[in-house]
Amino acid sequence: MTASVSPSVTDAYEMVVGLEVHVQLNTHTKAFCNCSTEYGRPPNVNTCPVCLALPGALPVLNAAAVRLGVIAAHALECRINCTSIFARKNYFYPDLPKGYQISQYDKPLAEHGRLMIGSTADGQPIYVGVTRVHMEEDAGKSIHDRYSGVTAIDLNRAGVPLIEIVSDPDMRSSREAGAYLRVLKQILEFCEVSDVNMEEGSLRVDANVSARLKGETTLGTKTEVKNMNSFSGVERALEAEFARQCAALARGEPIEQQTMLWDGHKGEVRPARTKEGSHDYRYFPEPDLPPLVLAQAWVDEIKTHLPELPRARRQRLAAEYSLGSDDVEVLTATPALADYFENVARASDDAKAAANWVRGTVLAALNAGAGDIRTFRVRPADLAQLLRLVKDGALSHSAAKTVFGEMAESGQRPEQIAQRLGVLQERDEGAIEQWVAEVLAEHPGEATRFLGGEKKLQGVLVGFVMKKSGGRADPKRVNQLLSSRIAG
Amino acid sequence: MAVTRDDVEHIARLARLALSDAELPQLTEQLNGILGHMDVLQRVDTRAVLPAAGVGDAGMRLRADDGPPTPLARGRASFAPETRDGFFIVPRLATHENASADDAGGADE
Amino acid sequence: MTAVADAFRRMSEVRAGAEGLNIVLSSDERAALNEERESASRAAGAPARPTLAGVPVAVKDNIATLSLATSCGSRILEGYVSPYEATAIAKLRAAGAIVVAKTNCDEFAMGSSTEHSAYGPAKNPVDPRLVPGGSSGGSAAVVAAGITRMALGSETGGSVRQPAAFCGVVGVKPTYGRVSRFGLVAFASSLDQIGTFGATVDDAALALETIAGVDLLDATTADEPVPHYGDSRTERLDGVVIGKPREYFPDSLDPRVRALCDRSLDHLRALGAQVRDISMPHTDLAIPVYYIIAPAEASSNLARFDGVRYGLRIEGDGLRGMYEATRSKGFGAEVVRRILLGTYVLSAGYYDAYYKQAQGVRALIAKDFRDAYASGITAMFTPTTPTPAFAIGAKSADPYEMYLSDIFTVTANLAGVPAMSVPIGRVDNLPIGGQILAKHFDEPAMFRVAYALERALGAEARS
Repeated sequence: MTASVSPSVTDAYEMVVGLEVHVQLNTHTKAFCNCSTEYGRPPNVNTCPVCLALPGALPVLNAAAVRLGVIAAHALECRINCTSIFARKNYFYPDLPKGYQISQYDKPLAEHGRLMIGSTADGQPIYVGVTRVHMEEDAGKSIHDRYSGVTAIDLNRAGVPLIEIVSDPDMRSSREAGAYLRVLKQILEFCEVSDVNMEEGSLRVDANVSARLKGETTLGTKTEVKNMNSFSGVERALEAEFARQCAALARGEPIEQQTMLWDGHKGEVRPARTKEGSHDYRYFPEPDLPPLVLAQAWVDEIKTHLPELPRARRQRLAAEYSLGSDDVEVLTATPALADYFENVARASDDAKAAANWVRGTVLAALNAGAGDIRTFRVRPADLAQLLRLVKDGALSHSAAKTVFGEMAESGQRPEQIAQRLGVLQERDEGAIEQWVAEVLAEHPGEATRFLGGEKKLQGVLVGFVMKKSGGRADPKRVNQLLSSRIAG
Repeated sequence: MAVTRDDVEHIARLARLALSDAELPQLTEQLNGILGHMDVLQRVDTRAVLPAAGVGDAGMRLRADDGPPTPLARGRASFAPETRDGFFIVPRLATHENASADDAGGADE
Repeated sequence: MTAVADAFRRMSEVRAGAEGLNIVLSSDERAALNEERESASRAAGAPARPTLAGVPVAVKDNIATLSLATSCGSRILEGYVSPYEATAIAKLRAAGAIVVAKTNCDEFAMGSSTEHSAYGPAKNPVDPRLVPGGSSGGSAAVVAAGITRMALGSETGGSVRQPAAFCGVVGVKPTYGRVSRFGLVAFASSLDQIGTFGATVDDAALALETIAGVDLLDATTADEPVPHYGDSRTERLDGVVIGKPREYFPDSLDPRVRALCDRSLDHLRALGAQVRDISMPHTDLAIPVYYIIAPAEASSNLARFDGVRYGLRIEGDGLRGMYEATRSKGFGAEVVRRILLGTYVLSAGYYDAYYKQAQGVRALIAKDFRDAYASGITAMFTPTTPTPAFAIGAKSADPYEMYLSDIFTVTANLAGVPAMSVPIGRVDNLPIGGQILAKHFDEPAMFRVAYALERALGAEARS
């Protein structure tokens, strides 16, 4: 099943992709009970009669999950159904305690949305349709490799609220699928709907893929690809599955509708080992939950107060701070980074410097292990103060970098550190003049030649002054003083 | 709409019930007998009916995103058939007998 | 002797009796007596005495209690003690009541005779050769045998009213959403409701008043005020219009049952009520609708009994083998039959024809009730069952024959309206129940008629 298919074979075909994205909602408690959603607790600690499916327990829906679902649906430009219905999806699996998953089926929370994933060469937006957004609960975890011969079940995740975002089959390449996922992740992050953390499983992707001859308008038979753990994994899996399908079609073989599993280590897809018979989930309306009815006014109000979405924020940042698209792209990678930048820019009143520092020094520090921007020790106000010191000439650029390093370590304010390190530049005219005079006196040869008009010696003299001052003299001022001696 | 023996075997598999060869013919007959009484419903015109009015037509009551869960008076190990290190333990899925951690969760067996 | 001690004395008399009624599945005398003492000391310190202080109650075995097992009459939950308690139980205990016994029932409340219990059939205290009705047969029998004056049962299609009628006690099914189902082991969630038994209308009404009300743990409970049902006690029924639906009095109805109903209706007229013939045209469709919807929901509700987290586990070949061995050995024949039926009507290709169509007809049945009440009816009166209690084993051959014993009771569950059964006399010296129905949340009107009828009938109710 490896993708050893010659490009000429795949060239004749077009890839058609639709994505199903499961997103854990950022709530304190589970969808249908008061258990905590905290990740990483000991097994089954976050369980109660409801999420253990003890006899007699009943679900009650979490209002915060509804609110986050509606926010996400608005952000994806969906039409929201003011009445939506929960249903039971029935199947047996040991990490599905009730023997059914509470989900939405016939009447989901929202439908008919879209997501702009980029622009064409001539600037036209490229949209991917969002078929539906529905609410459901997560299953627990089955751990097959912990004990020999048995499977261990942890139900801490069982009942955590999810939304499933189903796209139309609008993507035509793995690159478009990747773009869709990155744009979607960013939107969800900006809305604070989810942690969108693939490692912790708060965002999971399944793909429906088919291949058809270029120019064909009907859809080919699709397969569902699962088990992808990163966006690049999704892209690679799509390529592998597309190549497999193209090869089969080129040989005249039909595509079997089935579930394929991506093996990231081997870089290949293989059929999931299912299982006699087809799925028959026997959906029916969940009798324990009346219809979810939302007041139109409430739905509209959420739309009005929707957090600023990535595209709007990029436009605003470009306009408000006169930033280039490169800067904007980097600074809006996450809402927290954008907030950080804006706070620095406003407090320092120097957007360009703020952008340069955040893009460069701050991100470098974070990448080097300083962690998350939200808990970064250098507060925006302190960074702004540092920038002001540089602008006022109180700190040289290189001294500022040193001070920043200390700030990232200790969280102290920049003046404190600069003073302690003795790197604050001396702006007292008298002191600088004194240093200049002393240098000229101590280096009579150079002094004479310089004063005689040999201007190239100015740099050497500045260096002597800087050395004498221990780096504290403002080089600009030293230059001015020396120049004025010749002129005078 | 007669129920066949194959149908009964299929739904028994879906419902995770093992039926013996001796039970199958009798259950098939009983299900057909019961469902025969249901055929009267097919003749009723329900197109014009509104769904049954009931509790919660005005919308379901929601829960605030806080507060403690209903406590367990006894630990999970006291009622579970088998636990280890806090996990519930079950026989391994046939499809995972040699495998490690693919397709964790979610799929029907 | 305290009330609880008296209940245990009576319980042991019944157990020791030649008949061995098999109506109690578990009880703990010492724990109950302790609780009675605590309840008494709490009541002494409290400003207002709790309404049921020290009153012994029996509870159907499918309602979760912390101290006694909750087996639902099933092997699959043999010995299972719930780590949490039902809201209804918490409310009873808060009012001072003492749970003295868990009572026998049809497995997971699926049955009309309490013969489908994994722990053997229960017997009718009136005549031990007969069934007590079901599925809450044990609770009805415990009250009929004089062990407690109050008991909880559960209704899905008549499982309180029918055994109440068979045992000659009062049985109430409240409006759907009146009592929290949290802790009631689900059979068919859209139909299930905890109901009460009483030796008198007053006992059943007081028990209901105690457990009724909105519950944050059950999204299907209604936020409706709970009236003091005792205020419905009345001597006159002036202004009350009683509907007599002709479909509940078919030509085939036993004339002796009809005569008892007529006698009751005469009493009601004499008290000032007006009796009006009405029609509920979709009544004959209720049993087919019920036996699609209830098994469909049950097939899903019973999926959680999988041997993974609690209850019985029987090892088999791998995980699937464990599931199948556990469920096949753990569930009895009637439960298996209903799970299969429910799985079938929900499965691909049959959903629309069966489940969806049944929901449509259910709406028509509910509309019959709405139309009747809209025409000015206060309450309705019908027989609870077409016949008195039948012999144990008499209806085991054809499942559908058994299903028909719910013919007059399932409509109230499908429509969600309150209904109750009161003793109205005897046929062949066996109790017959009269059924009183009212509109949604109008339990006060239902109790008003019941109080008046009980008083008017007096000793006639037992003859």
